[in-house]
Amino acid sequence: MENKRQNTILTIIALLFCTLLIYLGDNNLSRFQLRILNLSAIYVILGLSMNLVIGFTGMFSLGHAGFMCVGAYTAAILTMSPAAKELIYYMVPIHPLLANIQWGVIPAALAGGIVAAIFGVLVGFPALRLRDDYLAIATLGFAEIIRIVVTNTTSITNGSLGLKDIPSVKSLWVYWGFAILTILILRAIINSSWGYAFKAIRDNEIAAEAMGINILKHKLLSFTIGAFFAGLSGALMAYLITSIDPTMFRFTFTFQILLIVVLGGMGSITGSIVAGVLVTVAMEWLRFVEQDMNFFGFVIPGISGMRMVIFSILLLLVVLFYRQGLLGTKEFSWNFFLKLASKRSKQKEVS
Amino acid sequence: MSSEKILITKDLTIKFGGLTAVSGLNLDISKGEIIGLIGPNGAGKTTCFNIITGVYKPTSGNILFHNQDITGLRPDLITKLGIARTFQNIRLFNSMTVLENVMISKHVRLNANLLEAVLHLPRYTNAHRQHLEECMELLEQVGLADVAHEKGTSLPYGKQRRLEIARALATQPTLLLLDEPAAGMNPQETLELMDFIKKIRELYGLTILLIEHHMEVVMGICERITVLDYGITIAQGTPAEVQANQQVIKAYLGTVEDDA
Ligand SMILES: Nc1ncnc2c1ncn2[C@@H]1O[C@H](COP(=O)(O)OP(=O)(O)O)[C@@H](O)[C@H]1O
Ligand SMILES: [Mg+2]
Repeated sequence: MENKRQNTILTIIALLFCTLLIYLGDNNLSRFQLRILNLSAIYVILGLSMNLVIGFTGMFSLGHAGFMCVGAYTAAILTMSPAAKELIYYMVPIHPLLANIQWGVIPAALAGGIVAAIFGVLVGFPALRLRDDYLAIATLGFAEIIRIVVTNTTSITNGSLGLKDIPSVKSLWVYWGFAILTILILRAIINSSWGYAFKAIRDNEIAAEAMGINILKHKLLSFTIGAFFAGLSGALMAYLITSIDPTMFRFTFTFQILLIVVLGGMGSITGSIVAGVLVTVAMEWLRFVEQDMNFFGFVIPGISGMRMVIFSILLLLVVLFYRQGLLGTKEFSWNFFLKLASKRSKQKEVS
Repeated sequence: MSSEKILITKDLTIKFGGLTAVSGLNLDISKGEIIGLIGPNGAGKTTCFNIITGVYKPTSGNILFHNQDITGLRPDLITKLGIARTFQNIRLFNSMTVLENVMISKHVRLNANLLEAVLHLPRYTNAHRQHLEECMELLEQVGLADVAHEKGTSLPYGKQRRLEIARALATQPTLLLLDEPAAGMNPQETLELMDFIKKIRELYGLTILLIEHHMEVVMGICERITVLDYGITIAQGTPAEVQANQQVIKAYLGTVEDDA
C-alpha cells in the first residue's frame, strides 16, 4: 500500500516534469525539432496501439495503415474550412452535408478515432475468427480496400488528389498530450482484468476459453481499441503534415509501425515508447541516404526508399537474432528504477 | 447418496473425415460420483472431453448437464454453466504467475466495466481485491500458496498439473473433467494426487470425470468406469467388473505390447 502511494506520487511528479518539458520545448525548440518530436508522439501512439493488438492479444493484424487512413480523412474533412473545401474539391464538389462542417482539432481527432473504431468493429467481427496468417492477409486486404475506396469516393475524400490546407497544429501539447493519455489509458487497460484476459488469449486461446473468456468478444474489444488509437494518430498525422492523400497509407506504413513494436518488444509498453521515439529520430537522421552524397568529389545519387530498405533489414535482423526486442515483455517500474538508483548510491559510498 | 443426474450423454458420436473418433457414447453421471474414462491411446477419451466442453461439436448425439441440453454450446458458456477441465498436454498461461493463472477465471465474474477498471473506481477495485483473496485462499487449499508469485510454467511438473486443477476449480464448477492428471508423475506424486482428488471432491462438492492411464489411480478412486477402444464403448461398470471383462483385457494387453 505504502509502495503504491509512493509510485503514484512519483508518477505525478514525472507527469508534472513532462508538462514542464513540453512548456519549455514549445517555447524554445526550432520548428524542425518540434516536428520530429511531434512525429515521435504519433509513432508512440501507433506503436502502442499495434502492440495492444499484436503483442498483448496475439492477433497478427496488419490493418493499421487502413485505420490511420480512416482517422486522418475523418479529422481532415471535419476541420478544413468551408472555403478551403470549395477550393480543393475542384474536380467533384464535396458532398453538401460535409461542405459546411468545421470542428475544432481536438474533437475532430477524437472523431477520427471513433470512426476508425467503428471500422474496427466492422472488419474485426468477420476477420477475427481467422487465425494468424489468415488474419494478417485479411487485415492487409482491408487496409488496401480502404485506400481504394478513399481514392474513389471523390465527393467525400477528393479522391487521388488528396486533401490540402488541413489546419496545422504545431504545439507539443496536442501531440504529447494525446501520447501521454494513450500511455496512461493503455497501461491501465493492460494491467486490468481485461488486459489479463487479452494476455490469456495470447498465451493459450483454448485454455482462456476454458476459463470462461468469450474469445471473439475480447479479441474484438482489443482490436477496436487498437483501431481507435490508430485512427487518432491518423488524425494527428493530418494536422502535422497538413496534406494527406491515399498513397500515404500504403502497407509500408504498417510495416514501419510493426518495426517499432518488434524492436521495442512485443508485449512491452515501455518498449513501444522507446522504439517509437528512436525509429522516428532515426528515420529523420537517415534522410541523408536518400539524398545525393558527395564522396571526395564522386557524387553518389540518392535512392528514394533507401530508408525503408535499411529498416526492413533491421526488422529482419531483430526477428532473426533478437526476437525479444529491446525490452522483451519487461516494463519500466518505479521500484526497479529506485532499486537501481539506491544501488548506484551505495556503490558510490563504498568506493 | 442422492442420485441427482449431473451429466448424461446420449449416443454421442463425432467423425473427423473418415475416422469415427467417438461412437455412440452413453454416460450417466450422478452427483458426487468419480467416474473413470479409460482406454488405449487414441481411443477417443480426450475427444470426449472436447465434445463435452464445446471445443468440438458432435456429429450426432446430445449432452445434458443438470437436465439442460448443452450440445454444441460455446466453450466459455459451458464453463460458466459449471463444467471445468484440465488438459492432457498442460496449457498454462506462460507469461503469468501462479496467482494470475488462477485469477483469469474470475474475469467473467467481474461485476464492473472496462471504464471502471481504467479509472480504478471502487466497484472494480473492490471486486478485484475480493477475487484476489478468493484465489489466494484456493491456492492455500491446494498447496500452492508458497509459489503464488512464481511463473506457472517454471514450477516442477507435478505442481503444474496441480495448478491446472486449481485453475479449473477457480471457475467454481460442479463437474470437473480431469485429463490424465497423473501423467508423468512418479508413484509418490501419484498417491498424493489421489488423496488430493478425493479431498477436493469433498471440499467443493464436485462430481468428477477422470481420464487416467495409471490403473491404480482409476481402480483406487473411481466408483464406475467406462472403457473406450477405437471410439467404441467396450465396457461399463464397477472397477471389479471392468477388470474381469475379457474385451478390456484384450484391448489392454494389445496396447501394453504397443507401448513397450
Ligand atoms: N481435431 C481432430 N482432427 C482429426 N482427428 C482427430 C482430432 N482430434 C482427435 N482426433 C483423432 O481422434 C482419435 C482419438 O484421439 P484422442 O481423443 O486424443 O485419444 P485419447 O483416447 O488418447 O485421448 C485419434 O485417432 C486422433 O488422431
Ligand atoms: Mg488423450
